[in-house]
Amino acid sequence: MDLSTQLPQLLGLAWLMPLASFVLILFFGPKMGHHGRNAAWVATAAIVTSLVLSLVAFVSWLGAHPVSAGHHGGDHGAAHAEDHADAAGHVAGEHGSDAWHAAGGHAAAGHGPIAYSGDWYTLYEGGRLRLSIGWYIDSLTILMFVVVTFIATCIHVYASGYMHDELHDVTDHEVTLTDGHHLHRPGRFPRFFQALSLFCFSMLGIVIAGNLAMVFIFWELVGICSWFLIGFYYERKSASNAANKAFIVNRVGDFGMLIGLMALWGALGTLQFADSSVPGADGHAVTKPGLFSLVRPADHGHALRVPDGMVEFAAAEKVAHTPPAEVAGKVDAWRAEGFGRWLLFIAGVGIFCGCVGKSAQFPLFVWLPDAMEGPTPVSALVHSATMVAAGVYLVGRFFPVLTPDVLLVIAYVGAITLFIAATIALVANDIKRVLAYSTVSQLGYMMLALGVGGWAAGLFHLVTHAFFKSLLFLCSGSVIHACHTNDMRKMGGLARVMPYTAGTMLVGCLAIIGAGIPFVIGLSGYYSKDSILAQALSFAQANPRHTILFYAVAGGAALTAFYMFRLWFMTFAGEPRDHHVAEHAHESPQVMVMPLLVLAVLAVVAGWTLPGGFGIANLLEQSRPAGTVETAVGGFAFGQTLTIPAEHLSHGEPFHSTATWTAFATALGGVLLAAAMYVWRVISPAAVAAMFRPVYSFLANRWYFDELYHALFVVPAHGLAAVASGIDQGLIDPFINFLAWTTRQVAGIDAWIDRTFVDGLVNATANATWTLGNELKRLQTGSLRQYVTFIVVGTVALFVIASLFFRQALAG
Amino acid sequence: MTLGLAVATPVFGLITQPVSVAHYLVVGAIMFVCGIVCMAMKRNALGVLMGIELVLNGANVNFVAFASPYLQGEGSRSLGLDGQVIALFVILLAAAEAAVALAITLNFYNNHATVDVDRADDLKG
Repeated sequence: MDLSTQLPQLLGLAWLMPLASFVLILFFGPKMGHHGRNAAWVATAAIVTSLVLSLVAFVSWLGAHPVSAGHHGGDHGAAHAEDHADAAGHVAGEHGSDAWHAAGGHAAAGHGPIAYSGDWYTLYEGGRLRLSIGWYIDSLTILMFVVVTFIATCIHVYASGYMHDELHDVTDHEVTLTDGHHLHRPGRFPRFFQALSLFCFSMLGIVIAGNLAMVFIFWELVGICSWFLIGFYYERKSASNAANKAFIVNRVGDFGMLIGLMALWGALGTLQFADSSVPGADGHAVTKPGLFSLVRPADHGHALRVPDGMVEFAAAEKVAHTPPAEVAGKVDAWRAEGFGRWLLFIAGVGIFCGCVGKSAQFPLFVWLPDAMEGPTPVSALVHSATMVAAGVYLVGRFFPVLTPDVLLVIAYVGAITLFIAATIALVANDIKRVLAYSTVSQLGYMMLALGVGGWAAGLFHLVTHAFFKSLLFLCSGSVIHACHTNDMRKMGGLARVMPYTAGTMLVGCLAIIGAGIPFVIGLSGYYSKDSILAQALSFAQANPRHTILFYAVAGGAALTAFYMFRLWFMTFAGEPRDHHVAEHAHESPQVMVMPLLVLAVLAVVAGWTLPGGFGIANLLEQSRPAGTVETAVGGFAFGQTLTIPAEHLSHGEPFHSTATWTAFATALGGVLLAAAMYVWRVISPAAVAAMFRPVYSFLANRWYFDELYHALFVVPAHGLAAVASGIDQGLIDPFINFLAWTTRQVAGIDAWIDRTFVDGLVNATANATWTLGNELKRLQTGSLRQYVTFIVVGTVALFVIASLFFRQALAG
Repeated sequence: MTLGLAVATPVFGLITQPVSVAHYLVVGAIMFVCGIVCMAMKRNALGVLMGIELVLNGANVNFVAFASPYLQGEGSRSLGLDGQVIALFVILLAAAEAAVALAITLNFYNNHATVDVDRADDLKG
């Protein structure tokens, strides 16, 4: 079968499987076995099917587009042209449904990515707006499908063990009712898997989306799923607060995203990523350029250019004073004057705002650590494959439209996030919170990598991070499951009782700090982190004013190493600190350990490039957006020219070796410091904390961000609410109450009239009838003879009356 | 006293007259009144039935009397048998009615072991 029809079918089906599971569990969940025990099987079966379908799609992709090293040449031109030929014969996909850029190697600036796109279903079409459910499939999409479904599979399996408490009635010891008892509630096992399935469906929807509107739809679905899952224990005040916080903070980001969407749609009239073919006025299909080719037209060498639509939109006043026929000819002149570039900047920053919310970047990262209130499998899913990955993925997908200025914003936001989160993680004592801040920090890494032009580096790190972060979270879940506490100060020495968990978590820690033997081999994080460092270094060299970005990355690497090994040492090494906890601890059941082992293997090998050139890094190169192969120069918003160095430069010297050594040295330094403080106890952590008391408390209070936001937003919001409620209660309520009182009085009078007159009349009639009947009853003696007498007397009386009174009439 | 005189005077006056329609009417009226009195006074249900027969036949006498050719108008086209035909109908109906009434009486006797109509007060209001 043709790849352009096969891939949408395979991935579409993989995408819909979790939806089917969601619907099934939604309607039949409680009937699935005892307390819905089998809901786990339904959800797991669905996600495993998705995984298999994704793997089939992956294999068929590799069959058509083999991954090889040295990808930057024109060697894909042939394969690409062939795809294009395929598309011509493909009926449903029309002209534009295949590779979105006309032909490989046609423009001087290089080839475009191999991508397939098209629409399944048009939701709405009117005016310039066309909303559709469509697909955009390239190697990044397929890779994300495999990663998401794979990690979700592991988490489903793990959760079916972890959530077993929900299979019977639960007494929640963290909720005390007003009568002093703990909350007792029925288990919610099916509900958990139902939300998990919807979560996977939404995430896969973002990944496969062929246009920004569809991304936005699933973006919001992911948001609501996170709300369901973070607030899974919704009777706990902290959990419901955390769920609301995550949802509301994300809405703030989404507001920016809406602005970006409107800027794009208003000026360009399309939200499609790729060129699409729509029915024209004469009934023939016309190719409508998508966002990518509008911003990077093929005839412009795929270099970034403000699209005509944006120029005309921004120069609306000039357009109004120009005869319509001459407008087209003047667009280039207006573009040179700078019209529209702010619009493109706003569109990019707007879309990035959504990513800031979803991927927990500064200043909207505050929701992610609180999201720990959800069950641990949810944390693992949210922190690795879904939700936070969505933001980074969208920046990667949207990369061609981002101008150098937007990239600089992204880089700085990433750098700030990475630094703040890493410093907070240094002093956190809750095992899940350390991991949460580590996630925020690593997301900062990815954003920074994307911002400095490291498209492949950032997404590569997204994939490797997904593996080791889900591993770390599942390990922490295993620890929590064993110890029934999140506090690392009560742990210690667990390596003896939980060897598998300790070992796999060590692998995860080594992977996240990028451990490896320089230039020989390393864990997955070694490769992705090195490529980020190298790209940051390359960027810093091209833009000396932004050298700080490189220092942020390098410093962040040291901090990462320190806090990760602080976590590992505090949890697993040394002697137990709390005997009560240590006695209870036990290795987790097999259903929880198996996913750990599988993920540990992947955390090791995910970054490797096989001798033939096969590897995630090279696979991603197939999807590299057109026009980002070369070094780009631009920038206006910050009054300076920015150089975004080509990514392949960072693979060469001197960047590569410098980055490798920097990463190695910083990581080693961090690990040694952690060991000195928590294993050899050469340096006392308490003494250090005491020495830097203000800094320590500043960090321990998470830079006072929660307090700051509380003072800046929550308190004014509460104040505003109080004023509104005051108006409501002091002004509107009395008025309404007065109306109600008046109505009541009128009704009282009405009721009195009703009771006295209307009822009285009716009752009097009834009474009279009743009395009359009672009196007449006496005549009914039952005596026949009496009746006859009455008849006779009556008849005679009638005759007498007639003869007395109607004499005239009778005579007449 | 005056009412008695008012009724008695023409009735006794008739005795001196040759037999006419009025005499038949008087006989019919006497039969009717006897029947009514019998119905109202008798406690025996069979006696009541006999009273009914008297009432019906008193009426029949009247019908036949009113059918007298002396009362026919000049040039009447009727056969002059209207009264007799109606009397025949009444006799027919009286037979049917007697059958039904006797059946009721029999049933009443079965249930109450008596034919005293004063005991038949189950329909008392």
